[in-house]
Amino acid sequence: MISDKELADRAQSIRRRCIAMCRGRGQGYVGQGLALADLMAALYFDEMRRTSAGDLHDRLILSTGHSAIALYAALGELGEFSADELATYGMDGSRIEESPLAGLPGFLVTGGSLGQGLSQAVGFALADRLKGSDARTFCLISDGELQEGQVWEAAMSAGHYRLGSLVVLIDDNGMQADGDTAQVMTVQPIAGKFTAFGFSAKNVDANDLSALRAALVSTREPSDRPHALVCRTIPGKGAPTLEAYTKVHYVRAADEVWQRAMSEIR
Amino acid sequence: MLMSKMDIVTTGKEARVVTMPFADALVSLGQSRSDVVVLSADLSNYTDLIPFRDAFPDRFFQVGMAEQNMMGIAGGLARSGLLPIAVTYGVFATRRAYDQVAMALGTGTVKAIIVAFLPGITTPFRATHQATDDLALMRAIPGMTVIDPADSTELRAALHAAAANPGTVYLRGLRGLVEERFDPEGFIFAIGAARLVRDGPDAAIVGTGLGTAWALDASEILAARGISASLLHVPTLKPLDREAIAALAARFAVVHVVENHSVVGGLASAVAEVIAGIGAPTRVNPIGVPDQWAPAGSLDYIRSEINLSAVGIADRVLATWTGP
Repeated sequence: MISDKELADRAQSIRRRCIAMCRGRGQGYVGQGLALADLMAALYFDEMRRTSAGDLHDRLILSTGHSAIALYAALGELGEFSADELATYGMDGSRIEESPLAGLPGFLVTGGSLGQGLSQAVGFALADRLKGSDARTFCLISDGELQEGQVWEAAMSAGHYRLGSLVVLIDDNGMQADGDTAQVMTVQPIAGKFTAFGFSAKNVDANDLSALRAALVSTREPSDRPHALVCRTIPGKGAPTLEAYTKVHYVRAADEVWQRAMSEIR
Repeated sequence: MLMSKMDIVTTGKEARVVTMPFADALVSLGQSRSDVVVLSADLSNYTDLIPFRDAFPDRFFQVGMAEQNMMGIAGGLARSGLLPIAVTYGVFATRRAYDQVAMALGTGTVKAIIVAFLPGITTPFRATHQATDDLALMRAIPGMTVIDPADSTELRAALHAAAANPGTVYLRGLRGLVEERFDPEGFIFAIGAARLVRDGPDAAIVGTGLGTAWALDASEILAARGISASLLHVPTLKPLDREAIAALAARFAVVHVVENHSVVGGLASAVAEVIAGIGAPTRVNPIGVPDQWAPAGSLDYIRSEINLSAVGIADRVLATWTGP
């Protein structure tokens, strides 16, 4: 098993990749990238199992397409995308789109039209059950995304079908396009809502790697209830310069800001 | 373009009625393909799904009254290598779940079948249940295949063709007792191919779905009045058999388009796009649901109210006829 130290190094490397991706155009969803770096490291370098051939056996469904930067960076860390290509993030003609469609390596569905990923994750989990596969399906959605009604249709069906192989990861970052999630539309209590829909739900500090790992381990228990982890995250986590943008959904900044942020990731 | 001999096409007065042709075709598809799974949003009793559910309970997913979730789940099943068939009413498959169909079933490499019942005005309710804009909506999604079958024979054949199609198909369904207009013996359905079901020198009609069946009956009325009409049946609105439409347009000054759909965005629009695109001087006369919510009631009553009865269609064709 990978050590906490090695996993923390992976997370920091993912953060550096996120900053490097934004530097090209001086803009991007860096807050989300840094917030989710620990979760991506824990999933791709620890929690999600691989086949003997090295392919992923478990999977991540990214519903929050805007957070693709975190997944790109994790896939870059795995060697799926080169640093040179990732540096074209959001540029005209690049396949490293800010919110990509299904079909790119690692992007199993089209996220970004928010609220739709959990339904598709339910579809993957039902297919596994039909095929007799023990693969687990992780689905990343965000707190603001919970305002979309389809999320609750999907949650209802996951509870109804007793999909114990499904783990919903809610990026509880407290912000959305128009400001603080709490101001825009109340979504709390998130864990209580998922519990009411038939999930085993708990809160976790998703920028505390050891707590996060323990929470993920707890979702491995065979269960007839799907799991929900409400992952509290801090936008820009790890670079104080970017944490100052905590309430900013999308960051545009001068190159010196990106340089300083990069130097803060240790 | 496919050619039909006149003797395999029957008019409404003679047409045989087939019970639940979709149910039969679906069970048959389930028997031949173990990857077929079926989803229903609380309408399995009303969309002829019970025989499949009973034959393959593990491959039937009841998702409740939640069409957006159904299309999303179908996307996940499809991307897991299964062939999902999501079945509901046309209004809910399109207006209610349009973005979900476009994203989950229309982006990336994905293949599913959406079967949409109560097409057009085939429901006693009004705007809530009349799918009079579904073909327009589905036609606008890149890569979507859109099929409106005319009868039981074509519905069955189209389902099997959809299963063999490389991408997602939107297929209008006909439930319960369905007329058989095409002889199933030796019937061939090819996605994208129109079918000339009548060849006459006096008038040109293009139809799709039940519109073709209605146009066939109108053609009989016209024949009794001494007008021999050509009738081109276009079951696939997308991809469209442009050559067949262009060839017909080249022979006539007016092309009448009969469809069980709004005159906005459906077959009449598609035909007009082809004719305008090639610069033909042919006029397009749309004979469909006018651009307003159609009335409630029996199918015969609604058709009569919006001038889509066989007589109404025949009169509208005749109104443009300038003689031999």
